[in-house]
Amino acid sequence: MAEYIITTEKEKWEVICGLEIHCQIISQSKIFSGASTEFGDDVNENVSFVDAGMPGMLPTLNKECVHQAIKTGLGLNAVINKYSEFSRKNYFYADLPQGYQITQFQYPIVGEGAVDIDLPDGTTKTIRIERMHIEQDAGKSIHDMSPTKSFIDLNRAGVGLMEIVTKPDFRSPDEAGAFLRKLRSILRYLGTCDGNMDEGSMRCDVNVSVRPYGSDEYRTRCEMKNVNSVKFVMQAIESEAKRHIEVYENGGDIAQETRQFDPATQTTKVMRKKEFAHDYRYFPEPDLPPLVLSDEFINKIKSELVELPDAKKARFVKDLGLTAYDAMVICENKETADFFEKAAKGHDAKKVANWLMGDFFAMLNEKKLELKDSPVSAENLGALVELITSNVINGKTAKDVFAIMAETGENPEKIVEEKGLKQVTDTGAIEKLIDDLLASATDNVAAYRGGKVGLFGWFVGQVMKQSQGKANPQVVNELLKKKLG
Amino acid sequence: MSDLTDLTISESLKKLRNKEISPVELTKAYVENMENNNAKYNAYVTTTAELALAQAKEAEIKYLNGTNRPLEGIALGIKDLFCTKGVRTTACSHILDNFIPQYESTVTQHLLNDGAIFLGKLNLDEFAMGGSNETSYFGPVINPWSKEVKLVAGGSSGGSAAAVAAKMCAAATGTDTGGSIREPAAFCGVTGIKPTYGRCSRYGIVAFASSLDQAGPIAKDVTDCALLLNSMAGYDANDSTSSKEVVPDFSSFIGQDIKGLKVGIPQEYRVDGLNPEVAAYWDKAAEMLKASGAEIVSISLPHTKYALPTYYVIAPAEASSNLARYDGVRYGERVEGNGLDELYINSRTEGFGKEVKRRILIGTYVLSAGYYDAYYLKAQKVRRLIKNDFDEAFKKCDIILTPTSPIEPFAIGDKKMLENPINMYLNDVFTVSVNLAGLPAMSLPIGLSQKGLPFGMQLIGKAFDEGTIFKTAYQLERSANFVRM
Repeated sequence: MAEYIITTEKEKWEVICGLEIHCQIISQSKIFSGASTEFGDDVNENVSFVDAGMPGMLPTLNKECVHQAIKTGLGLNAVINKYSEFSRKNYFYADLPQGYQITQFQYPIVGEGAVDIDLPDGTTKTIRIERMHIEQDAGKSIHDMSPTKSFIDLNRAGVGLMEIVTKPDFRSPDEAGAFLRKLRSILRYLGTCDGNMDEGSMRCDVNVSVRPYGSDEYRTRCEMKNVNSVKFVMQAIESEAKRHIEVYENGGDIAQETRQFDPATQTTKVMRKKEFAHDYRYFPEPDLPPLVLSDEFINKIKSELVELPDAKKARFVKDLGLTAYDAMVICENKETADFFEKAAKGHDAKKVANWLMGDFFAMLNEKKLELKDSPVSAENLGALVELITSNVINGKTAKDVFAIMAETGENPEKIVEEKGLKQVTDTGAIEKLIDDLLASATDNVAAYRGGKVGLFGWFVGQVMKQSQGKANPQVVNELLKKKLG
Repeated sequence: MSDLTDLTISESLKKLRNKEISPVELTKAYVENMENNNAKYNAYVTTTAELALAQAKEAEIKYLNGTNRPLEGIALGIKDLFCTKGVRTTACSHILDNFIPQYESTVTQHLLNDGAIFLGKLNLDEFAMGGSNETSYFGPVINPWSKEVKLVAGGSSGGSAAAVAAKMCAAATGTDTGGSIREPAAFCGVTGIKPTYGRCSRYGIVAFASSLDQAGPIAKDVTDCALLLNSMAGYDANDSTSSKEVVPDFSSFIGQDIKGLKVGIPQEYRVDGLNPEVAAYWDKAAEMLKASGAEIVSISLPHTKYALPTYYVIAPAEASSNLARYDGVRYGERVEGNGLDELYINSRTEGFGKEVKRRILIGTYVLSAGYYDAYYLKAQKVRRLIKNDFDEAFKKCDIILTPTSPIEPFAIGDKKMLENPINMYLNDVFTVSVNLAGLPAMSLPIGLSQKGLPFGMQLIGKAFDEGTIFKTAYQLERSANFVRM
């Protein structure tokens, strides 16, 4: 892809970026307790004695979360570590009831992996995964309910998280954006995280540094915590890179620090300087034995894995003849891909893809509907395309039929039948319309024959109009050409 | 009446089953002792006489109906480190002195399920940190063997050992992190066993050092310890470190002969300047076992001298993290301040005693960046070597005999102990290795010093081989013929 280089009067600069993404695990109960993970329940409703850090309470590992983590690791093409350990990350905060977070430090459950991303110019790039570990989430502090007090909601405390750490492989905001979209897509395919950044179930820390273009050094990086949308991540990278460049070009130095991105001003500001960095005093969690996985357990999960976006995309290109771009768009979302496959079954897949990405998505957009609430079913969309390919209706009629489908949810055959919209392919009938037209529009016929070939479209339009749109346009074209000579 | 409290549990159960005595009169006798003597010994910090008598009435019905359970009507004291549902649980710390748990610890639940009656909560060193019970927020326990000078009962389960010695309960629960069952048992002339790590669930026991803590009984004799451990032990899904190892009937080992049993005497425990009385009793105990048919073998535990420093790195490290939850936010003592940090500082400054603060500081230090490798990591390595020592030793012997403590009970407020905590820590020299290696060990009284104070002998078994301890201890108990108070 086109390189992302920030050029100033003095220098050309390259951006180096790595991401750490916290993904909330989809599971019935929390990672170390039996409390529910239901989102949106009343404040402090889903809190067990363990989550509240009561005296004498002990964590017990939820197997479902381990299962989900392995699935995710496999989805990231990563090594699953058969031996992993839990550690305590010690720090005080009011929404961290135990005074430590149970996480994985030295021995994470998932090791190195790789994810291919599709870039806007059609090229792909491999982003390397450094590791992924599982840990518990903290609760929520609410500071804006009282001027003097803070309130704590522990519903989220103890919910399982997967923290995915990438290598510093991103060289542009676009790459980071493409990665996050791809990651979200993989997680949703796997059903291990809903990927909703706006609800906080996927949260991103962004590490950024810059270096003169062509250099291979790594300069001091700054971390921006909890950036909560793909767009903001991209903006944060750009703004932070520019800040670094400005500092360097003015003879300054970048200090390692934690910063916060403010989408309103498009700038970052200091949250915590390095000298105030926490000493988390990590040590192995003595309440939990090491996590040892068997090959059978891992293989069983592997065998149950769904087809992931890359594989699906490749199959759509190879078997269904889709373009790489169409396949990518359709496969980003599993529901869309499933809908497409259902619609394309037995029909012209390319045409189905065009309809899906064109009129169908436009209709959903206009009606502000989710795919699952679409009035037009996959089967009916396929049937509509079939009516076109088998010349029962033409493209223009199809648009009218689709509009009716979108309103009524009816199947297209029924609509065509009831409204008498079958196209006329009978050459005799069309010939008659043409003959009538040529006989009455003598001026235009003369002009056309005299060299104004642009009038051809007018003749086609007139015939179509006479047929009330039902004439097969191909037949009209052929006959007109013959008759106009 | 009060002679009923002279009975051991096994004797009481016989009389209860034969309807010679009723649970109500037995419980009343203990309640009476408890109420008459507590001011003198300060063994209980909370008494629940009414609850106990209500339980006794239920026990009476059970005996009449013939539905009596294994410990029906046996009145116990519970170390105030075990959470008891609806009954204040303090860990003898100011920070928890208003805390009433809404849950029951697994061990006490087992005892309740087996029909035991609870008389109240017993004094201990604050958060079980101490060897003399002097760090308790409720003041020291007075050793019932004290003559003119008030002596310590040992710690941390000082209340448990003193209450059993003074017949203020039939037996008590204790916990042992570095000797907290065995040392007070030795000081008070009673019998206590710390089972193998993982034998009893830690769920609901206020944590001190998770990888070392283990619950066990303190009782009048070896037979009673077996009866209680039968009830207390067992796998618990709520404690991931509890063992699935089959729990044998420990009572079945009582009375088994020990002919040909190899008893190891670790040479490294014969420290220079060992109290000659202690040394003499040690020799005497070996002679007694020999007379019962055992073979005495010399063994080596070469890393013994590193045990104390290793223990005093690992235990405070875990404690510093385990005690982070006592922050004044959700329960316990809260001292308001200006902002969250001040709330923490004020609550913890006020809530914790000096020894607890000392250990939190040590623990925080040894886990800090830059010190972790030199202290915590090294201690973990030495811990492995200490465990290997025992593995090697147990190739040559079946059980190990040592004194429990190098000294006899000392005076409350002893300057040497209070001025330099190291002197206090040195009292644990014979007990801490056992916790580091996770092994079972019992202390039983062997005789009196010239001053008329009890000495205890320690028997250390292989992991999950409490059975051999019980049969050996029973033979030694018979030979020693120690006269209880």
